[in-house]
Amino acid sequence: MGLPQLWFILVAVLWSGYFLLEGFDFGVGMLLPFLPRDEQQRDQMLETIGPVWDGNEVWLVTAGGATFAAFPAWYATMFSGFYLALLLVLVFLILRVLSFEWRTKGADARWRRTWMWANAIGSFGAPLIWGVGLSALLYGVPIDSSGNFTGDLASLFSPYTVLGGVTVVLLFLAHGAAYLTIRTSGDLCDRAAGAARRLSPPAAVALVAFLAWTVVVAVDRNDRAALPPSVPAALGAVAVAAAVALIHRRRSGWAFTATAAATVLLVATIFTGLYPRVMVSSTAFHNSLTVANASSAHYTLAVMTVVAAVLVPVILVYQAWTYHVFRARVGGPRAPEPSPPEQAPAGARPATGA
Amino acid sequence: MTLLSSTTVDLARIQFATTSIYHFLFVPLTLGLGPLVAIMQTLWHRTRDETWLRLTHFFGTLFLINFAIGVATGLVQEFQFGMNWSVYSKFVGNVFGAPLAIEGLAAFFLESTFLGLWIFGWDRLSPRLHLLCLWAAVAGSWLSAYFILVANSWMQDPVGYKIVNGQAHLTSVWALITNEWALYAFVHTILAGLTAAAAVVFAVCCWHFTRGRNLELFRPAAKLSLIVLVPVACANLWFGSHFGILVTRLQPMKISAAEAQWNNCQRCPFSLFQVGGLSSSQPTPSFSIEVPGLLSYLSTGSFDGKVTGLNELDTQYRHMYGPGNYEPPDWVIYWSMRGMAYLGSLVALISVLGALLLWRGRLERTRWFLWFAIVGSSFPFLASAFGWVLTEVGRQPWIVQGLLRTSSASSPAVSTTWVAISLAVFVTLYAILLVADVWLMRRYAGREPGAGPEGAPLEPAPGY
Repeated sequence: MGLPQLWFILVAVLWSGYFLLEGFDFGVGMLLPFLPRDEQQRDQMLETIGPVWDGNEVWLVTAGGATFAAFPAWYATMFSGFYLALLLVLVFLILRVLSFEWRTKGADARWRRTWMWANAIGSFGAPLIWGVGLSALLYGVPIDSSGNFTGDLASLFSPYTVLGGVTVVLLFLAHGAAYLTIRTSGDLCDRAAGAARRLSPPAAVALVAFLAWTVVVAVDRNDRAALPPSVPAALGAVAVAAAVALIHRRRSGWAFTATAAATVLLVATIFTGLYPRVMVSSTAFHNSLTVANASSAHYTLAVMTVVAAVLVPVILVYQAWTYHVFRARVGGPRAPEPSPPEQAPAGARPATGA
Repeated sequence: MTLLSSTTVDLARIQFATTSIYHFLFVPLTLGLGPLVAIMQTLWHRTRDETWLRLTHFFGTLFLINFAIGVATGLVQEFQFGMNWSVYSKFVGNVFGAPLAIEGLAAFFLESTFLGLWIFGWDRLSPRLHLLCLWAAVAGSWLSAYFILVANSWMQDPVGYKIVNGQAHLTSVWALITNEWALYAFVHTILAGLTAAAAVVFAVCCWHFTRGRNLELFRPAAKLSLIVLVPVACANLWFGSHFGILVTRLQPMKISAAEAQWNNCQRCPFSLFQVGGLSSSQPTPSFSIEVPGLLSYLSTGSFDGKVTGLNELDTQYRHMYGPGNYEPPDWVIYWSMRGMAYLGSLVALISVLGALLLWRGRLERTRWFLWFAIVGSSFPFLASAFGWVLTEVGRQPWIVQGLLRTSSASSPAVSTTWVAISLAVFVTLYAILLVADVWLMRRYAGREPGAGPEGAPLEPAPGY
């Protein structure tokens, strides 16, 4: 395996990390208007993702940066070709970032409601487009012989890519609800468990259909040997079926592990189906961008490999430590007493129950 | 080379300029306010004086409001290279992509993870560990400034590369990250960030002094902000002018354009202000105020130095790169250079005056000065914006100095309509954000410390 192949895997890993982590905070965001009983529960939902969403989003920033550095031609064609779609993603993500920071900064109910909806809409729109966009890489978009995108916004959409978008949204909803069941307690936790029960079957159906279709696209359209993409696809189907069963038995820890696995396997299926290509051309198959023709030169990849080998383990350690610090469940049956700052222990946030 | 519509290129340039300048209104504040808040918390940690804890919360909230916009608008910057400038991205990706990816791995993860720990970790971490988290986040933000400036500096002064099949390939990562330009730009940017943040902290204190309230809290904050502001604002004036000598060596066209120096000269005067003389058709100003010898000093480090004029540089460039116009738009460069330098000097003046008044114990009663300092807190931001216009417009017609022209670097796949749509979207969205941000900042900067704007318990609340 050469360095371009290694970096293809690393880009896939970064996307998997992004989907796995931001997936549940997107899910929590989408559930904001519907799940909580009151504003206090809504605050608690946001508290479960407050400390981590920004770190989760950096996985996307790094996936973008790694694609730029390791596959400049892929980055150039994908980002210029998916122009309007990415513009929408940016708008959704900006709305979301601001809602996290600004929602609690205004006092009146209308301000808070506006930013709550901004979060929900952003959390819905961004994964929808990522689902469509990643499946379009595999399904093919118009690319000419010099590697330039020649289509428009509509070229991203086909029944397959739309199913990809819907699947990602449904899966993230279930993943977010499963996350809430391990991070909250009391009434909110019950409500999250109910949502996970209702949302996981449609997510499972969509995911199984999408994974099967992905294997078909990889084999039939892209002339791919049957075995490799069907392996992660089959595992993904098993994972999501397990998630449904575990959610029904309220084995919340294992259920979240299962939705997480299903999410990672979704990305893995797309990328194994894609290899050795990175972006398929629907104009002429041989115009497709490949790992070989889109990658950077050896020296750049070698430098980047050393940097990644040193930093990625460190990042994983401190991100894991963050989750460990904030492992306590949020909320509970008792309403927290908001204590005035003078009485609170120096610098302490008012305790929020269990 | 693909023919690209000049309208598309112009719109893409306007979009890059708008979104970068906007992004950079928030970046200096993040770079500077982070360490200031960390110093406040460190002082609390050391002295156990509650004043510093209240100040940490107070300015920490302002820091977070701005950090949010910095993050949101930074994502746009990363996507924009590929979206609008795909030819550029393919050409530079081997070299320019690396610092961008390293910025993500080394800096953004550090910054975002530890900031999350700081915001939510008050009662879950030991005080010492909690304080360390903030310093780690500050280190992340400074590292990110360094790596993005490494990337930008390569566009100004390409080093450590060779051209293979029409692409720049990296040959020395050491040359890339120790590029002299990058080191200068980093120090200049960090000093600008500290200046901006200290000026804002000082202005907030002055505003509270005009109301005569919470003096016991804002007196130490004003003192701290001046202790930072006086040296950094003055040092940046000196350092910035020293940076000019490097720029003169590597991009002589930029400096000659900034000084409207058409002909070669020795012991050249510096033009403080002039009317006319900013285009090749009318190279002699109808009115000007000059300081003898100063331009030679600023661009060569000696009052006797020789400066090559625009006309000769243009001829040299035509010899090297073929026919074309190699002069950046002169009046933009001339005035952005002065905007930056004059506003920077005013900030230094405010800091020194403020320190004198504080020393004589008259700061709180000198109302005209308090208002001057409040208005003056916008100067570092304007100066930064002018500085980037000078840096980026002054490099034109190149997108990468000497290697790739801006006019042939945009995305062939992207139509003029698409760029127009995205420009309209960003301008509208950013305008709304600016209004909301200023409103929030005023609300929080003017509130009673220790309480939210409506008397609600102070930060950190769930969801920030």
